[in-house]
Amino acid sequence: MTNTYEKQKPKHENRFQYKKQNMWTGILFGLGVVAFIDEVIFHQLLHWHHFYDKSTAAIGLVSDGLFHAFSFFATIGSAFLLADLHRKHGFWLKRWLGGIFLGAGTFQLYDGIIQHKFMKLHQIRYNVEILPYDIVWNIFAALLIIIGMVLLLQTNQKGR
Amino acid sequence: MHSHEAHAQNISNMVQLLLALPFFIALILYILAVIISNQHKKQWPHFRTICWIIGSACALITLIGPLATLSHIHFDAHMIGHLLLGMLAPLLMTLAAPMTLLLRTLPVNKARVLSRLLKNPYVRFIRHPIIASILNVGGLWLLYTTSLFNLMHEHILLYVFIHLHIFLAGYLFTIAFIYFDPTPHSYSYVFRSLTLVAALAAHAILAKFIYANPPHHVPATEAELGAKIMYYGGDAIEILLVYILFYQWFKSTRNTIHSKAATSSR
Repeated sequence: MTNTYEKQKPKHENRFQYKKQNMWTGILFGLGVVAFIDEVIFHQLLHWHHFYDKSTAAIGLVSDGLFHAFSFFATIGSAFLLADLHRKHGFWLKRWLGGIFLGAGTFQLYDGIIQHKFMKLHQIRYNVEILPYDIVWNIFAALLIIIGMVLLLQTNQKGR
Repeated sequence: MHSHEAHAQNISNMVQLLLALPFFIALILYILAVIISNQHKKQWPHFRTICWIIGSACALITLIGPLATLSHIHFDAHMIGHLLLGMLAPLLMTLAAPMTLLLRTLPVNKARVLSRLLKNPYVRFIRHPIIASILNVGGLWLLYTTSLFNLMHEHILLYVFIHLHIFLAGYLFTIAFIYFDPTPHSYSYVFRSLTLVAALAAHAILAKFIYANPPHHVPATEAELGAKIMYYGGDAIEILLVYILFYQWFKSTRNTIHSKAATSSR
């Protein structure tokens, strides 16, 4: 694994220069991907989430709309940023992955706590004891954030 | 009673013809312009011509024929019409670069008049991304959250005006964000991106608002279906728009990389 990576190294010779862009490209992609997974799995396949919950607060609608628009913006934008990193020979896989985990976890936590609980946008599932679902959801989010932070810290030290 | 219905049917057919006519004329003019300008200029890209034809078709099937008739009765059909007339047709017709075609087809002195018109302060004002967004998405909010939606189906003139507005505002909105035609006053990619996120969010919020608060006289089930069509169908077209905006941005930054690499290697 490391050997093949070493061989490819000359391709990414500018990666230290683009540390920040690698991180942000990952964060945006993670955010978009989680929103997409949320939509596909929980809305469309499982039908656990509801398109609109009658108890949704007005601020919940605004938040949902903004995040919805921003999520596919972020996904497409991060794909171009990734292409840009490759074009500049500055791609850094590990740092990019760290960004993805951080972005995914942050959005998952925002969705699980602010949107589901405070704005009552919709719940994870209906007609069940909701507490275990909420706990699993948010612990999973925290785990993603921790993995992301570790990866980012590791690549941060290698920098200069 | 029967003759009254037939009379109403006649009026409805007239309105459909009236609305479809400008699009039909524009379609013929575009094709004529391609044929004429190809005689003394290099070949006009087929891709653009095809975009114009499909874009016109999207507008035409919304305004005339069975979908137009259904849109009067069913909100979900109306919403498909909104996607086609207000979003997809404008996007495809933007890709067809009609102003560029017109400028190369017209004689030089007339082309100058046209390009001066495009620099006109009024055109500049309504092409501002924020103004174009308000005209487009703001207009939709006005239509679906007030009694305007009902009035539209009662007054023919209002019906014609609103449908023309939906197309024109949609076109204006599209050319405010992606540049395929000459754009005398361009705005930065960052500014356009941020404005576009806000505008697309307002569109998504409106869709969910309609889901919960149907316009007057629209049955809840139709409103819910219509809202989902607006939300997800809107996404599909918006993804194209965002993709094109970012692609143009990506291409425009290519030169800066080479110059940066050149300066750092020195």
